[in-house]
Amino acid sequence: MNIHDATSADQVQAVLGDQDYLADQGLATAIFLALRLKRPLLLEGEAGVGKTEVAKALAAASGGKLIRLQCYEGLDAAQAVYEWDYAKQLLHLRAAEAAGSAQGLETKALEDEMYQERFLIRRPLMQALVSENEMPPVLLIDEVDRADDEFEAFLLEILSDYSVTVPELGTFTAEQPPVVIITSNRTRDVHDALKRRCFYHWVEHPGIEREIEILRLRAPEVSLSLARDVALVAAELRQMGLYKPPGVAETIDWAEALVTVGVDDLDEEAFAGTISALLKYREDQQRASARGFGDILALVRQG
Amino acid sequence: MASAQLTLDRHLVGFVEALRRAGLAVPVGSTLDFGRAVAEVGAQEQAPVYWAGRVTLLSSPEEIPVYDQVFAAHWQGGAPQVQEVPDLPPLTLLLDDAGQAPDPEDSPEVSDDDLVSVRYSHAEVLASKDFAVCTDQELAELHQLMAQLRLTGSRRRSRRLRATQRSGRPDLRRTVRAALRTGGEPARLMFRQPGERPRRLVLLLDVSGSMEPYARALIRFVHAAMVGRSQVESFALGTRLTRLTRELSTRDPDVALARAAEVVSDWSGGTRLGDGLRCFNDEWGIRGMARGATVVILSDGWDRGEPEIMEEQMARLSRVAYQVVWVNPLKATPGYAPLAQGMAAALPHVDRFIAGHNLESLRYLAELVGE
Repeated sequence: MNIHDATSADQVQAVLGDQDYLADQGLATAIFLALRLKRPLLLEGEAGVGKTEVAKALAAASGGKLIRLQCYEGLDAAQAVYEWDYAKQLLHLRAAEAAGSAQGLETKALEDEMYQERFLIRRPLMQALVSENEMPPVLLIDEVDRADDEFEAFLLEILSDYSVTVPELGTFTAEQPPVVIITSNRTRDVHDALKRRCFYHWVEHPGIEREIEILRLRAPEVSLSLARDVALVAAELRQMGLYKPPGVAETIDWAEALVTVGVDDLDEEAFAGTISALLKYREDQQRASARGFGDILALVRQG
Repeated sequence: MASAQLTLDRHLVGFVEALRRAGLAVPVGSTLDFGRAVAEVGAQEQAPVYWAGRVTLLSSPEEIPVYDQVFAAHWQGGAPQVQEVPDLPPLTLLLDDAGQAPDPEDSPEVSDDDLVSVRYSHAEVLASKDFAVCTDQELAELHQLMAQLRLTGSRRRSRRLRATQRSGRPDLRRTVRAALRTGGEPARLMFRQPGERPRRLVLLLDVSGSMEPYARALIRFVHAAMVGRSQVESFALGTRLTRLTRELSTRDPDVALARAAEVVSDWSGGTRLGDGLRCFNDEWGIRGMARGATVVILSDGWDRGEPEIMEEQMARLSRVAYQVVWVNPLKATPGYAPLAQGMAAALPHVDRFIAGHNLESLRYLAELVGE
């Protein structure tokens, strides 16, 4: 089933599950509503809880093209919406000049000549609006908090009527609005006006059972008992107030690392040897080490 | 059927109103979205309605606990629980241009200590007087002077490009445009280069008991720093961390301070500076707010927590910040040495250590931040 045909949050959950993405009820409801009511979905949450993956899974489940715009400071219309291919334009001008045709033309005619669609470079936002694909594309605007206010302002404009105006060519309006997923790591507040346009969901770390399922799906070579140990340890470490509690991405990495070094039964030594796949700060590793890897293991297995 | 729909609508609107009463700022349009969302997911079961509301009505994780509480009260028919608000030390602001001290009998609950009256008299120079020994009236005048302080803030290179006359990289867009005017001959090369942006400024104000004589003056300074500038963030550090950016962004200082007093529940409480900094680092700073920013900590450095925590958190902060400025009101005291445990632990990670006991020193701070 295509995710656009889903008539309930449960169906969304099932369709995403087919794409190996396990969404909980909250996220499934958020996606279902965003699709049905055609609104952008703003996802916030700790790094590594799978915000970006949502867009990938959505694209796979809908058959739409995934168009990603990674935000950064200074991102402007030329990189996000469209740009003219200046080198080609200049070449075209020179060619016209050489052929002697430029001489007779008036500035207006010359301008029409120069600003044709073939000289237009479409950047992600425009690609998402003028997609020729049958299914609406999935537009992922990743880490919008890294961009600056100016960018947010014109993003708001585009998201409110799904159209872009190129002064020289006219207005491009999306025939079918793209599915828009916006992610933010909350390094600053996204502007209220943008938030009002969007539906909002705070993505949490998964629970233990869900994480085991995710591990089994994403790293099929990991045995059930190892997946259970990994999920339990990750859940325990998240309680420790670390600088960077392990996200789902890290637990998958860790499970794969354990399999790679040939561990099937997690013990203290294997834990210590592969900890760098799970914890990325020296201080965090020291804190875990100080509690004793063996002790943590024993504790979580006790249940 | 129609009446059932009506009842449901009324119920939904009532829920949104209950959320607003509980202090959530729910935009008007969201109520409509909520109604549509509930129509999509159905109102037979509770969980879908819960999620429909969360997705359409909220906009930050801080709102979730309040939402949960109101939802539980509203949809399970229980009596709405009133969120327990810890007793705030009242901070009363009076506008009084008559020059008379307000009659204490008019407001019997408010003791003299908690009364800050603002008088508009001609400013005499109080700039070098210690805030702690200023009378209420002098403080009020200082507040007026402080409101005139403007922190321009230092600037950093931006990635956004701006057009220039002759320096930087070629700007093909404008070059092509100009070429059109010369019949297609790119006779004039245009240029562009990176512009500048204000560097982010983060102000952390210690509001613990030991800072009492200074905190009330300094929060005015924090407000003055925020007015008319974007890229400024402010927090109160007490037994816990409270973000004040939104509250203090209001231009009117009295309104801003009243709002700040409302959200800071631990005004003049204990000190857990290290924990507060840790919280700042975890929730905001390391994620990006402190990165490349000028971080100003306004505190006397008294910390009842472990000095190791302080040391560790200051080290983390100084690794991501552009510069860390510590403003300590006690520094001006003759014979002061930074012996307070917290202060001693923090000092190795501080770029500038300055006094902050009077207006003069705050002017110096404003200059320093602008360098």
